[in-house]
Amino acid sequence: MKHLFVSGHRGCAGCCDAMATKFTLMGAGEDCIVVSPTGCLEVMTTPFPETSWNVPWIHSLFENAAAVASGIEAALKAMGKKGNTRVVAIGGDGATMDIGLQAISGAFERGHDFTYVCIDNEAYMNTGVQRSSGTPFNASTTTSPAGKVSFGNQRPKKNMPAIIAAHGSPYVATTSLAYGKDMIAKVKKATETPGPTYIHCHAPCTTGWGFDTSKTVEIARMAVKTGLWPLFEMEEGEITKVRKIGTPSPVEDYLKMQSRFKHLFSKEGGAEEIAKIQAIADKNIDHYGL
Amino acid sequence: MTTKGKLEMEKMVVVEGSYAVAHAVKICRPNVISAYPITPQTHIVEGLSQFIADGEISNCEYINVESEFSALSALVGSSAVGARCYSATTSQGLELMHEVLFNVSGMRLPIVMTVVNRAVSAPINIWNDHQDAISQRDTGWIQLYAEDLQEAADMTAQAFKIAEDKEVLMPAMVCMDGFILSHVYEPVVLLEQELTDEYLPTYEPLNTLDPKKPLSFGALADPNYYTEFRYLQQKAMENSLKKIEDAANEFYDVFGRYYGGLIDEYQTEDADIILMAMGSIVGTIKDTIDNLRQKGVKVGLLKVRAFRPFPAEAIRKAIKDAKVVVVLDKNISLGLNEGALFTETKSCLYNTKNRVPVVGYMIGHGGRDIRMNTIENIISEAQEVMKTGIKLESQFTDVREELL
Repeated sequence: MKHLFVSGHRGCAGCCDAMATKFTLMGAGEDCIVVSPTGCLEVMTTPFPETSWNVPWIHSLFENAAAVASGIEAALKAMGKKGNTRVVAIGGDGATMDIGLQAISGAFERGHDFTYVCIDNEAYMNTGVQRSSGTPFNASTTTSPAGKVSFGNQRPKKNMPAIIAAHGSPYVATTSLAYGKDMIAKVKKATETPGPTYIHCHAPCTTGWGFDTSKTVEIARMAVKTGLWPLFEMEEGEITKVRKIGTPSPVEDYLKMQSRFKHLFSKEGGAEEIAKIQAIADKNIDHYGL
Repeated sequence: MTTKGKLEMEKMVVVEGSYAVAHAVKICRPNVISAYPITPQTHIVEGLSQFIADGEISNCEYINVESEFSALSALVGSSAVGARCYSATTSQGLELMHEVLFNVSGMRLPIVMTVVNRAVSAPINIWNDHQDAISQRDTGWIQLYAEDLQEAADMTAQAFKIAEDKEVLMPAMVCMDGFILSHVYEPVVLLEQELTDEYLPTYEPLNTLDPKKPLSFGALADPNYYTEFRYLQQKAMENSLKKIEDAANEFYDVFGRYYGGLIDEYQTEDADIILMAMGSIVGTIKDTIDNLRQKGVKVGLLKVRAFRPFPAEAIRKAIKDAKVVVVLDKNISLGLNEGALFTETKSCLYNTKNRVPVVGYMIGHGGRDIRMNTIENIISEAQEVMKTGIKLESQFTDVREELL
């Protein structure tokens, strides 16, 4: 199989972006055009004059990947070149859930035939681990640090898949780096579904979350097993498939692996805060029937 | 405007300026149009939407984006796959595009955009001045300013030709004054398809996003490489100086109409006083000059069509024998108390032997009407400058003291 995303890039050992991108291109195939917003992925894969991309790739700005993708799709159609070529945007959580949300909303509402993949590592990693709207409750980041009077980020994650589904997207799915085959299959399905489709990939960041570079997949799996990251597919706004997790692991097993949550185990009142995170997992388990 | 023989009256139709431009865009065969509504640009994009709805533009997609930021961003993608791309905006919309403007130019995407010039907020004001486009001076876009409806329409075809030239590959703004040109009805010769096809060949991009030949666009250039990208953009701008002249001359050959290249001159040959200006004010100045010439005042006009690239050499040559130069600007650099054309005209003379006095007037802010008697007053002040030298280098015009 031809490698569409090749090594030599400047990603960290155990980098979630590199893994998620590899899975995405394995699902999308070589007849595709990729758009990346500004972020780790863009910086680490294209230090001029080098590139890791064996598919046509464009980076414009931080907040406009979905608009650029719209323009590519419209131009291919106008010039009779669309054929089976897939247009795929791959962006981080900041570019997707914060600064690029308006452009994404516009592109999904207009119904362009493209797939948007969010690699969600739950903070602005490229600039040094600042909080985004993908940062989970009680995670310590450099702009939502745990301190004498704070347990870190005080808001739960924004529910991005639900926002996209509300736009009438025909296919929305969540994926995890621990389930590569599942992700490849979902990306394939998304890119083969006409219209604007969405993949949200949970992607542990070794640098930002504070864990050993060998543990990326293990941590991703634990997020799923606790119920904190449910894996599902939505078609035409309805949940059509859910990955069952059997007996859920307690959230402590996930939290204690990462230094961004270490204050929960050392600070007075931490147990109560962990219970709140457990409640989030329990709610997911109930809501999605995990 | 200079014409080959008489304007063909039987070809003229009375249309709104926005329609003339929309029609010109249609005739230029764009592949993607992406725009967001904003006054006073809306009539252009409404016109184009109607052409699309009536099936009058083949091989073209119109994207109804959710903001000006996305309007231009979408065209980044479209242009990168090889499409001929068009947008139109003004004022706040142009300012919202600021970041994308740099990006388009840096990626050398020859997008053409009509900027229907309007003041910027606050206070909010929908009427004409040039602050919007002037504020985007350093974004790496060619900026051309039209004097009347016919020129705004014809300049659209010229802009595509200049921008898409392989020695240029830079985006271009066609600037036309809001309301004064966009909403006025005048007799215009609409661009003919056959002649335009002869004048403007199909866009053939050097590089595109193509799965058969994967390339990476928009890479990270570190300090080892960034300077050379900037240098080549500047070279492209320099190349465009000649291409702007060529595009005007070729337009004359094919269509028989000419408005100047980088600049145009009116009654400058023996002029003691030369006024400089851009856009629709040029018409008022010409009428004023005609009146004063009858009274024996030796006054002429240097119309600046290209503000970027800045035609320093052409300006120096045109004003070399003047005794005083008066620059009228519909913009201001706050804190400098000068308009941009004034500052740059002075700058292009500094290292020369020409010590002609140059004075500046900031005029027509937010659509304040510019009357012939105001121009006459400015010219009589210039006559004083000739006698006594500069007393006030740069000033506001027609300030209503009772409101201050």
